[in-house]
Amino acid sequence: MPAVTETREAVEKLGQSSYKWGFETDIDMDVAPKGLNEDTIRLISARKEEPEWLLEWRLAAYRAWLKTEEPKWAKVSYPPIDYQDLHYYAAPRKKPGPKSLEEVDPELLRTYEKLGIPLHEQAMLAGVELPEGETARPPVAVDAVFDSVSVVTTFRKTLEEAGVIFCPISEAVRDYPDLVRKYLGSVVPAGDNFYAALNSAVFTDGSFVFVPKGVRCPMELSTYFRINAKNTGQFERTLIVVEDGASVSYLEGCTAPMRDENQLHAAVVELVAMEDASIKYSTVQNWYPGDENGRGGIYNFVTKRGACRGARSKISWTQVETGSAITWKYPSCILQGEGSVGEFYSVAVTNNHQQADTGTKMIHIGRNTRSTIIAKTISAGHSDSTYRGLVRVLPKASGARNFTQCDSLLIGDQCGAHTVPYIENRNMGARIEHEATTSKISEDQLFYCRQRGLSEEDAVGLIVNGFCRDVLKELPMEFAVEAQKLLQISLEGSVG
Amino acid sequence: MNAITKDRSDTLAPFGTRLDGVTDPVRKAAIGALHRSGLPDRRVEEWRYTSLRFLTETPLAAPAEVYDAGQVQAQLENLGLNSGTLAELPRLVFVNGRYAEPFSVLPAEVEVSFFAKTQTFGALSAPDRDPLTALNAALASDGAQLHVSAGKNGGDVLLVSLGQTDTPVSFHPRHSVTLDEGAQLTLISIQAGQGRYLHNPVLEISVAAEANLKHVTLQTEGQDAACLATTYAQVAERGTYDSFVLGLGAALSRQEIHARLAAPFATVHVNGAQMLGGKQIGDVTSVITHAAPDCISRQTVRNVLDGHARGVFQGKVFVDRVAQKTDGYQMNQALLLSENAEIDAKPELEIYADDVKCSHGATVGALDDDQLFYLRSRGVPDAEARQILIHAFMDEALGLIEDETARTLCTQMLARSFPVAGESA
Repeated sequence: MPAVTETREAVEKLGQSSYKWGFETDIDMDVAPKGLNEDTIRLISARKEEPEWLLEWRLAAYRAWLKTEEPKWAKVSYPPIDYQDLHYYAAPRKKPGPKSLEEVDPELLRTYEKLGIPLHEQAMLAGVELPEGETARPPVAVDAVFDSVSVVTTFRKTLEEAGVIFCPISEAVRDYPDLVRKYLGSVVPAGDNFYAALNSAVFTDGSFVFVPKGVRCPMELSTYFRINAKNTGQFERTLIVVEDGASVSYLEGCTAPMRDENQLHAAVVELVAMEDASIKYSTVQNWYPGDENGRGGIYNFVTKRGACRGARSKISWTQVETGSAITWKYPSCILQGEGSVGEFYSVAVTNNHQQADTGTKMIHIGRNTRSTIIAKTISAGHSDSTYRGLVRVLPKASGARNFTQCDSLLIGDQCGAHTVPYIENRNMGARIEHEATTSKISEDQLFYCRQRGLSEEDAVGLIVNGFCRDVLKELPMEFAVEAQKLLQISLEGSVG
Repeated sequence: MNAITKDRSDTLAPFGTRLDGVTDPVRKAAIGALHRSGLPDRRVEEWRYTSLRFLTETPLAAPAEVYDAGQVQAQLENLGLNSGTLAELPRLVFVNGRYAEPFSVLPAEVEVSFFAKTQTFGALSAPDRDPLTALNAALASDGAQLHVSAGKNGGDVLLVSLGQTDTPVSFHPRHSVTLDEGAQLTLISIQAGQGRYLHNPVLEISVAAEANLKHVTLQTEGQDAACLATTYAQVAERGTYDSFVLGLGAALSRQEIHARLAAPFATVHVNGAQMLGGKQIGDVTSVITHAAPDCISRQTVRNVLDGHARGVFQGKVFVDRVAQKTDGYQMNQALLLSENAEIDAKPELEIYADDVKCSHGATVGALDDDQLFYLRSRGVPDAEARQILIHAFMDEALGLIEDETARTLCTQMLARSFPVAGESA
């Protein structure tokens, strides 16, 4: 098990802390003054040289935000957030000239190297021979977002040839204003909820993907988000539009440095799938979870929603949530198109004092729509983990079908695992099944592994991986390996 | 920030001056809580599926103290309580929330007192948390207080509540049942009536060690009535509280049960069934708290929904940190018979102990086409085949009622509300 060995080494090297992405990068930053008001928004919009309509849209969102209340229904608790004590814009100071890899601040590149992001596509493109024993991996196009700004996007040429647009959303606003204007906010309206409204008002960057009719995106697309600067909130906005018969697989990774104070992350992700289109959206979320005593860590308050607009379209969410002090996240599918399909596969791991309230919403609107929800929750230490999901079948969705399975695993007697499904059915022709279990690691399984010479921690790791298998197998290969390593690290110190 | 604070007292308008001028400290505290919270609206998580707007439309007066004895007699007969084995059973009859002595027969092995005389509130309820309990505490005027002493078997007792009114009224009976160590009792609660009224009973149940309470509630309130009932049960070591609620009547009903397993090896069953049509709204809400290790809870709730009816199921199983070796199971199933029927279900697990076995399931669907085909292919007409399947679905739930008298009564009332086509032929 090389991955495990590597992980072990990584953990040992870090001594007490098991968060291996906890470094800070010292970089020249352009930071907006603290606080949020219409001027801050005007400043962000001006910095990004945005058109008038977008500024108006932001201001409308800000006004909506002032009127909305912070949601209190989730099973998480944290001290009140002072939204005026945050920087809403932080960007690596830009040098003039076009962006190419060479011109990116080398300090930044080193950061990404540490993260293991394959930014250096050139080697692969140039056909550099790989060391013996290593097989060539399919290329992955990467958009890296550092604090609030997209720094570099790779493989753009190859993608352009296929007709796929993959760029920072700020660029898309400039280069493809009609597309952005048409779809931005069409799935998550500006005033949708407290955090979405906040994001709409102050979002600074994120990724934009457009896959035209009939195109199968030639490679996996990937975004890495990193929060670096102190006291900043990260508000990225992702918009993916896939036209008739097209498909894309999109990966998202997140890290942040270790800090004592909590940092806010409030992203919005919108997906649009037209007729026969399919979108696979995978996330490995590993924001800094705070230390053993629950100090610091990221508040991850994210709105993710996909619309299956066309017939037979499909949106599949896969997430591995191991990081963040608090996770509040419900990737959802609006199944409008006849026969459209929504999927949600989730592993949420909490340890120490982490809190996670996560799940999904499946809204069945069209006929013969189908959805599957598989959620695995693992709680250890003093953490609390909640699955909260909604399945709603509207009167016209005859033949709708949903299957939900939620399993929770408790490790230790100081943690909590909760399941809160909401089932709302207004169509007699729909079939909905829900099942949930909560248990601890079976003594028999543990004994079996121990008997065969595995240490207790390895045995737990193996059993946990088995417990999550239904979800992990949905992840793209590269992410699956990373996710397994993460599971191991996250549960470090929870047994024995 | 941006907090929208609103005085919620205005939701209490239907009760007019009935909440004023109270001096009793318990009632005063309840009214204080009620003024702060108001009657819940759908923004309150526990009430997101059930709106009380029905209540706020008309003023609800206190009911008249006199009742029509002939009508009571007719109501009892209509319920079948004066014939067969049921006629033999001791009973406590309340009309519009007040004890109706002429129609009651006191049980032999059970001590009975009345809230009207004792004015004692139990300690299990939570008027500061549950607005409808607070409303009850504020306005309660009577109720039965049953006590079975150690080792005694109280047998079967009927607790009948009848509503009877021409103008909109509300009544808030306050009942309690106390079983001492090793005692036994079967309580059959019947909620029925005519006219437009709110029946808002609170029942507090205390089951001591090794005691066993079987409790069957048959709710067949009038078509214009609202029945918002709350039960608080506490079960001690090796005690059992076995509850079943059958909901057939009322425009708006909610049976809310809070069951607390307070000591090891206690057992609760919180089962139920609803069969609703027209524009009925029926809500079954339960909170089962495992506060001690080695306890068992079981819950099966079935819903059959026709017309524009809406069924709500909210079931929470809470497992405290100390409640290791908990065994919890919860199942909610719904059968939709009409395009306009709706089911909203929220089965919830909140678990803080790691060595537990808890599971829940929920299914929703229409009648099974294969089963229908099977019956049709054997010459059973469509309508009848459907009725057979519906009753089979309900019978499985009713089979959970252990007490035979209560089960027969429920089966009869169900058959009367929704007759099987062709059965009379």
